[in-house]
Amino acid sequence: MLAYAAPSTVEEAVGALAAASGIAKVLSGGTDLLVQLRSGRLRPDLIVDTKRIPGISGIREQNGGFAIGAATPGAVIGECKALREAWPGVVEATNLIGSTQIQGRASLAGNLCNASPAADGVPALIAARATCVVAGANGRREVPVESIVSGPGRTSLGRDEFIIEFHLPRRPLRSADAYLRFIPRTEMDIAVVGAAVSVTLDGAGVCTDARVVLGAVAPTALLVRDAAAALIGRTLDATALATLDEAARRACKPIDDKRGTIAYRTKVAGVMARRAAVIAYERAGERR
Amino acid sequence: MSKHHVSARINGEPTEFLCEPQLTLLDVLRDELHLTGSKEGCSSGDCGACSVIVDGRLVCSCLMLAAEAEGCAVETIEGMAHGHDLHPLQQKFLEHAALQCGFCTPGLLIAAKALLDRNPNPTETEARYWLAGNLCRCTGYDKVIRAVLDAAAELRGDRTGALTSS
Repeated sequence: MLAYAAPSTVEEAVGALAAASGIAKVLSGGTDLLVQLRSGRLRPDLIVDTKRIPGISGIREQNGGFAIGAATPGAVIGECKALREAWPGVVEATNLIGSTQIQGRASLAGNLCNASPAADGVPALIAARATCVVAGANGRREVPVESIVSGPGRTSLGRDEFIIEFHLPRRPLRSADAYLRFIPRTEMDIAVVGAAVSVTLDGAGVCTDARVVLGAVAPTALLVRDAAAALIGRTLDATALATLDEAARRACKPIDDKRGTIAYRTKVAGVMARRAAVIAYERAGERR
Repeated sequence: MSKHHVSARINGEPTEFLCEPQLTLLDVLRDELHLTGSKEGCSSGDCGACSVIVDGRLVCSCLMLAAEAEGCAVETIEGMAHGHDLHPLQQKFLEHAALQCGFCTPGLLIAAKALLDRNPNPTETEARYWLAGNLCRCTGYDKVIRAVLDAAAELRGDRTGALTSS
């Protein structure tokens, strides 16, 4: 028998999760959870709705960066001008999730903890060096986003734990990010490949820092250090782009399915990484 | 199983209901409150037939538990016309014949209202992307888009901005 709880503090929510017998699920926007519930794929004993917790939804500027409440809907993230300017890749990735209706509810915490290999929000968060604050029975810990998903549908969170907010760091000068998703239509589909790139340039346009993350080409989003290394210390010349493309393809461990074959996903991953890098460079050049 | 007592405003009316925890807002709207204008198409958030506005945000009522509606303001298709006076969107859907079987129409109207509440002068591209989560399997979308842009023009009091039907 399903029970529903809507606690008004983090401590109460942790207590409810810790005390639950059977399967307990954390509810943010519910756009994945409700589908699993209705299809019968998931039969939880308890649903803990986090949305009554003050601060769980909303964005605030903090230490020159941003704190994004775990349950903040995508639409709210898209409407935040300061966030769009500082982290355009994170915002465009978030806003690619589903329709207008889905954007009205879907959250980054849900996108991350649903743990789909094809989640659009996740590569961009990892490229941005985003962290998340996890609350649990032993208090709070702040961990990199890439430490959360351990495999398709699985996370490293304890049964008493949930994410309360994300932190995006201060954006340096001449620095920007971009996210591109490949789908065989223009809207409303699941990524065949996703690529997020975040770069910082010096005054001469030479890349001093980069993060390249691929989605939908492995069981979890891939932080590809070799691909970032192809960019660092160079301008975005043809050699850098070719090396980036090759490193991205080499990192892929995709599945074959109706959305794309292994060979196809691998090739497209290189292309998406290159194109996202070009966009991130252009944006970084404008942020002087 | 314990039932949850929920107080919400539905189309401006203070409303209370009891619901089991697994019921969606759509289940309660249709089966408890007998507001059957919102339709169940896919039950997975793909078709938009169940679209309602909750606290100013367009959402799929099939993807929201009824218990989550506590304290919320919900707008459904039943609240769109004022008595016998149709909302301009409803009137323009009729004039442009922007429906055939009608199953998707309440969701499209609510979604279009949410668009025009936010953006009184959308471009055709903006309207098409906004409505991409509302599937129609009869008409195609051209008549719908024409009706929405025409209603937007009327609501702005701008007759010149309307696309003419061809």
